[in-house]
Amino acid sequence: MVNIQFIEHDGSEHSVEVSTGGSVMQAAVTNGVPGIDADCGGSCSCATCHVYVNEEWLGKVGELSPTEEAMLSLSTDRKDNSRLSCQIQVTEELDGLVVTTPEFQF
Amino acid sequence: MSDVASGPESKTSKWSMVGKDPYAMPIEKIDLSHPGIWRANEFLPFMERLRSEEPVHYCPESAVGPYWSVMKYKDIMEVDTSPHIYSSEPTIGIVDSFEEFTLPAFISMDPPKHDEQRRVVQDVVAPANLKNLEGLIRQRVCTILDGLPIDEEFDWVERVSIELTTQMLATLFDFPFEDRSKLTFWSDAATAIPGGGIVSNQEERWEALQECFAYFIRLWNERVNEKSGNDLISMLAHGEATRDMPQEEYLGNIILLIVGGNDTTRNSISGGVLALNENPAEYDKLRADPGLIRNMVSEIIRWQTPLAHMRRTALVDTELGGKQIKAGEKVVMWYASGNRDEESIERANEFLIDRKNARQHLSFGFGLHRCMGNRLAEMQLTIVWEEIMKRFQKVEVVGEPERVYSSFVKGYMSLPVKLQPLD
Repeated sequence: MVNIQFIEHDGSEHSVEVSTGGSVMQAAVTNGVPGIDADCGGSCSCATCHVYVNEEWLGKVGELSPTEEAMLSLSTDRKDNSRLSCQIQVTEELDGLVVTTPEFQF
Repeated sequence: MSDVASGPESKTSKWSMVGKDPYAMPIEKIDLSHPGIWRANEFLPFMERLRSEEPVHYCPESAVGPYWSVMKYKDIMEVDTSPHIYSSEPTIGIVDSFEEFTLPAFISMDPPKHDEQRRVVQDVVAPANLKNLEGLIRQRVCTILDGLPIDEEFDWVERVSIELTTQMLATLFDFPFEDRSKLTFWSDAATAIPGGGIVSNQEERWEALQECFAYFIRLWNERVNEKSGNDLISMLAHGEATRDMPQEEYLGNIILLIVGGNDTTRNSISGGVLALNENPAEYDKLRADPGLIRNMVSEIIRWQTPLAHMRRTALVDTELGGKQIKAGEKVVMWYASGNRDEESIERANEFLIDRKNARQHLSFGFGLHRCMGNRLAEMQLTIVWEEIMKRFQKVEVVGEPERVYSSFVKGYMSLPVKLQPLD
């Protein structure tokens, strides 16, 4: 199992244990972690599973595809460490991953 | 509005399918673009037949020319998220000659220009700004609801849905409040089909739009010389990517924002009242647990699908659902059908306010052109229902709604209701 920690905008922490294979978005949604809407169901077609990846993990979560870049570029609170969590696959390597959810999904 | 049936495309029109058996006609004759079946509320079985028999359907002949219809949720998703194959240019309207949709606006642009222009205006409807607007919206909703008659029939569309969305739009534009009813008229006229009850001919339509254009050019000229403000016009007049935009591009974007911010939410406000009346068990659920409102709002937006379709144009030869689509052909995504697709949405043909995954619907579109105002719409609807539930036992529909003569704007001209106060 892989441990992922979600920190909400207000600082509330949610730690979940998931198996590999799914996405970070799915890890949040199936465990009832608030702050992630995932309106498109995980196909990189909206930007409502936006997260900020903690700096130390940035090298391990893979690169942004042009589609993800395009969707994120329309987000009003985009930062350098912004990702769509549906595009991050859960692997053993990500055990201990920490991401923060934005105040709003848009 | 009693003369709407005498419009140019009444039952006798060559193209009308009103009153026809959807299963008795050759499938290529099915033409969802014709507004008749939408006003008559007969579109559902036609969509159902296409979904099951020919989910990517070619209509070779119609009043708007030949076009493809995309009926299934997954196929619509594919088209909506492939702007390099399915372009939003030159127009997202099913009719090529609708002048206002050939006015350039970012809804009918591809990247990168689309992205630049959208970014300038979207902050105003982004959640961070909405937080500041919430109090004002709630105050207005309360004033509107408190002014309604009890136990007396009135038109919900006029008194609530139009009034609220128009006030909202006036705020976003910082539009002179006393002139706000003009916004409603311009919005209606922009998408109106002559003879459908709003304008009687194209000249009247153009007159309305010209008046709208002159008004907004005046506002631009005023605001460009003032300090940058938080309203949409000021943002466009001062934004780096937009301040030098050609006048026709400005006007195109204004029409887009008027229609996008007005018709859609208006019809979802009315549609929710109707849906709850048609599904009394759901109304009971709501009364038992008003905490369901947030989820219900998404379900109302799915159920209503206030814009029935969006059009794209194929840039290259491509394949979709086993059909060969050629470059240059018109491709219409029927959101109203995808939202009823049982293969993607469980019990899609039931209105369930406590539905799981209620947010996963097509009404806002997906991909780069996803509705910019979606959070504002949800917020308005949420506040409306919170305040309704504090005041009324039931908003009772007491007569048939009159529907819009359009296969694009899916909504209501009128909805007669009576209010039952809380015991």
